[in-house]
Formats: sequence, structure tokens, C-alpha cells
Amino acid sequence: MSEGAFKLRAPVPTGDKVIRMEGIRKVYDTGKIQVEALKGVDLQVCAGEFIALVGPSGSGKSTLMNLIGCLDTPTSGTYELRGESVAGMDKEQLATIRNRRVGFVFQSFNLLPQISAFENVELPLLFGGLSTRARRERATELLERVGLADRMEHKPTELSGGQMQRVAIARAVAMEPDILLADEPTGNLDSASGQDIMSLFTDLWTQGRTIIVITHDSALAKRADRQIEIHDGNIH
Amino acid sequence: MGSLNTLRQLIRDLRSQRLRTFLTTFGIVWGTIAVSLLLAFGEGLHHQMIKNAAGLGNGLVIAWPSSTSIPFEGMGRGREVHLDESDMLLLKQRSREIDALSSEYREWLILQQGSKRLSVDVSGVHPSYGEMRNVIPRAGGRFINPIDQRLKRRVAFLGNELAETLFGASDPVGQIIRIHASPFTIIGVMQPKIQQSSYSGRDKEKVIIPATTMQMLAGQKYLENFIFTARDIGRTQQASDEVLTILAEKHRFDSQDEEALMLWDTSEQAQFLNTFMFAFRLFVGIVGILTLVVGGIGVSNIMNVVVEERTREIGIKMALGAKPGSVLRQFMLETLVITGVGGLLGLGIAFGICSAVPALGFTDVIGVPTVSSVVAGTTALLLGLIGLVAGFFPARSAAAMDPVVAMKT
Repeated sequence: MSEGAFKLRAPVPTGDKVIRMEGIRKVYDTGKIQVEALKGVDLQVCAGEFIALVGPSGSGKSTLMNLIGCLDTPTSGTYELRGESVAGMDKEQLATIRNRRVGFVFQSFNLLPQISAFENVELPLLFGGLSTRARRERATELLERVGLADRMEHKPTELSGGQMQRVAIARAVAMEPDILLADEPTGNLDSASGQDIMSLFTDLWTQGRTIIVITHDSALAKRADRQIEIHDGNIH
Repeated sequence: MGSLNTLRQLIRDLRSQRLRTFLTTFGIVWGTIAVSLLLAFGEGLHHQMIKNAAGLGNGLVIAWPSSTSIPFEGMGRGREVHLDESDMLLLKQRSREIDALSSEYREWLILQQGSKRLSVDVSGVHPSYGEMRNVIPRAGGRFINPIDQRLKRRVAFLGNELAETLFGASDPVGQIIRIHASPFTIIGVMQPKIQQSSYSGRDKEKVIIPATTMQMLAGQKYLENFIFTARDIGRTQQASDEVLTILAEKHRFDSQDEEALMLWDTSEQAQFLNTFMFAFRLFVGIVGILTLVVGGIGVSNIMNVVVEERTREIGIKMALGAKPGSVLRQFMLETLVITGVGGLLGLGIAFGICSAVPALGFTDVIGVPTVSSVVAGTTALLLGLIGLVAGFFPARSAAAMDPVVAMKT
């Protein structure tokens, strides 16, 4: 697999700080009780790193992941994504960040069931404002790269779990994001498909991408060059 | 995002959600059809009733001389009142309220046409009678004119049903028939009309001849009845009072006597009809509004279900970088297209049904239903608005959610 000619933006030089988080707190207010999911997290991630986020369930992994991916905003603390402060951004700006700077891969794939694999990969490109032709070229190239050239017109329900996750990965990297975030990407897959997806992540990493993966899978965690453990809302 | 992309996405969304699109569109189509048809049939019936009521004539008063019921100036009750052409002349000269006037002489006479022989109801009238009573000649014929009247011509105007009985499909105009053993030339046949009330049988079965001819033929001195219309259609009461005053003075009866000259003001019926129609339209309007509400509830239910189903989709799209504003716009556009298409389709079907109805042939009873484009447009617009409001608020709350929360639903 080779990096395609299509470049949306120059990649972050390896070694530069991509993520700089300081004193990040996240409190969920359910009305009656307040749950402090993150209790002052400091985190720095360099470009080109492959990080595994590990910890028991309920420890705050996913909360941290959502904050990194700008799906959610912290209650307090500072977060700089490639030198740009995310705090104080409005919903529209956060949407742009999600579209261009981060790519998500979910445990439950989160593909839209009614449209084809190709159209799913096309979605972020559509939101990014690419032309029809550029979208078609890019989505085709991405699906070829994840080995689904012959499945492009299939709907997610007509694909296996491994294939669905490959579509999701193709979709996540479509806009050449700074970071690729994956929340238990192998959690719903059998071991063979899991292996497959793990190699895909390794490939992406060796191509110079910054990857953060939440995983319970020790085999996947071992492939990372740094493991971060979260316990009870704190990083250890 | 360009408008072309928006459109592309819209078409894709609609195609990918066929059942949902169908159900929503169907709801709006159904509501539009129901309301437009209801109002169309109501309108058609309204026009038909007005038309039927006009069969006798518009704002017409019919007067029959009878006998007195109140003693007056020393004369007892039960004295017969006889009117003739001099009374008509007097009314024409003295009345300020009367517009048109015609006396009517009636007799059952034997009519002969070839070997056919039948007893028919013959009316002798003045030329103004035709217009007053909505007795209009079919193309190729004419009604009695003042020259016929002056020259006491033996000319006859036939009711359309009688013409058919006598001549079948062939044109009777110019043919000669015998009435009371005298030859008469047929000058016209009545255009078919709907007559639901009468005082002397249906016009379609009658023979009408000039009043002067009638007097000569049957030797009548006194008229059977006379009819008149008021100058102002709303002043038939004043015209009637005036007629009573003038004739009471001449024939020496009490002008309060309701039997000496009996009057039937048909516009009273028209006034009743107006009141009735107002109530009828109010009823149709209320039923229409209720139908609209039911339709609106249907549409909003579907939209609610759709939003719940789509919250996840909205969450995913936002996670991939769709802006909340554009998600919302997309959703509203979709609703607009669905309601627009549904409304137009419903309108089209309602128009189709309405134009098919006359072929079924009960238009005499129910009239020709007419879809008012204002009504139909308002219906589609209201349903669209309901759909939009029902779709907008849940969609807005979905777009305002954190994508994470939305995705988990």
C-alpha cells in the first residue's frame, strides 16, 4: 500500500506536538448527581506516535477519546490541537475540526446502514466540500487501499464485521486527519478479522500517522509504542 | 457545502429511506386529498343547490287572486277577487317596486300532432315571463315576443320533455300542431333546466302560448295568476306590499287580507337557502379543519419517528464533520420536498377524482365538485407547516446534542 498522490494538507512533521492537554476535567451533570469522569488529565502526544489507551471500563478512556476528537468539550483545562486552542470554539468550528483534523473508528463501526460502502467513505469528503470528481477518486482510492475495491457498492449489512471496520477506517482517514482515533476497533470482531484490522493500523502508523487506540486487546496494545493507563479519571 | 451537493445528498437520503419517504408523502397526499375533496364536494353541492333553487326564477313572487277572508267596507267575507289585464296595466303604471310582470292563463287543452292526441297544460303568458321564470329557448328557437302578443299569433313554445314525447329527437321548431283544434306553429323548445319547486307542474311538460292568443282560444276573461319580480332583489317584500295596496284599493278588499290575493315570495326560500348554506359551509369547514388536524397529527407522528430513527444518523454525520446548521437545513429541505411533492400529488389526485365525477352522472344531485386551488394550496401548506414544525424541533434537538450522545441512541 502506498500513499496516494492525493494530499489534502502537508502532514505534521514527526516529533512535533499534536496534542497538548493540561488539567483536563470532565464532569457529567445528570441533574441529581455529578460524575467526574476525568480529574485533571495532562497529556502530550507527538506526531507519528502510536498510543494505546488502556484501563478498566468506566475509567474515563472513552471520555478522554471524545475530548481529543472534539466530540465533546472539557469542563475545564486547556487543549491545544496542533498548537490551536480548542476551548471556546463553537459547534460549527468543532465540526470543521472533526472533519479535517481527526478521524474516528468506533467499536460498533457507526456506518450509515442505508447507503453503500462507497457513499459512507464519501461522507466526510462531502462535508469537507470536495468536488464530485475529487470525492469519487479519493473514495475509490481509499477503498482500494483497504482491500475493498470489489465491495464498494455493497451496503454495510452485506459486509462482514472486518469489512465494515475497514470501510470505517477508510472513512476515518479520508480527510487526511492529524490523528486517527479508534475506540475498541477490534472489540466486535473475531480474532482473524481483529488481526487484519491491527495490521491495517500498523500500516497506517508506519506511513507516518498519529494513532490513538483504546483497547482491551493486549496484542494490539503491544504494537503501540506507548501505553497510557487510565484509572478512575487519572492517567498513571 | 454547495447547493448541488445538498441536492445530491437529499436525493440519496430520500432514495435510501424509501419506506419512510413513502409513508410521510402518503400522509400528506391523503390529508390533501381528504380536505380538498371534502371542500370540493361541498362547493359543488352549494352551487347545485343555488342552481336548483333558480329553476323557478330568481327573486320571483307569484300571486293568485282568491276570495276575501276579512269583511271590508260593509261587504262580507268570501267575496271572490277577479283580476284581468287592466289590473296588470294598473300595476305597471303605479308600482315603483316592480321590475317585470306577467299574467298567466292556464287551461288543460287537447293537443294533436299527427296521430298523437294528448291533454296538455297550456299557459298563456307575456314575453317577460320567459326571463322571469328561467324559461330559456334552446338554440334554433325563440320565446314568445311582443309581436306574437299584439297579433294574437298562434305560436307555441314547448317544454323540452313534451317536445321529446311529440317529436322524439327531431327538431320541432317550425312544425305545426293543433291545440284545442287550432293550428299552432312551434317557435321554440325550452332548454333543459333543473326545477325543484313549482306552483303548476313542471315547465318541461308545458305548452306556452301568448296570453292574448290564449284568451281568444279558450275565452278566458280573468287571469289565473300573475308573477312579478322586484326592481331590487332584496325588496320583494316591499314590492308585494305595494301590489297588495294597489289592488286592494281598486278591488276594495283589506290590504291585510292574506287570502284575497295570495302571494308566494320565492326569495324567502332563497333566504332560507342562504342561511342553510352558511351553516352547511361552516360544517364543511369544521370537518375540513378536523381532517387537517388528523392529517397533521399523522404527518407529525411520522416525522417524530423519523427523527428518533435519524438521531443516530445525525450523530454519525456530525462526528464526521457535518455542521449542525447544514444537518438541520438538510432535514428541513427534505421535509419541504416531501410535503411539496405530497401536496401536489394529493392535489392532482383530488382534481382527477373531481373531473371524473361528472361522468358518473349524478351531477343533478351533487353538482360538479370543484377543487379550489386556494383551499388545496392552503391545505398542502398547512400540512407542510405541521410537518416542518414537527420535524424541525426534534431535528434541532438532535443537532444540538453532543454527537456522542446522538450516536448512542
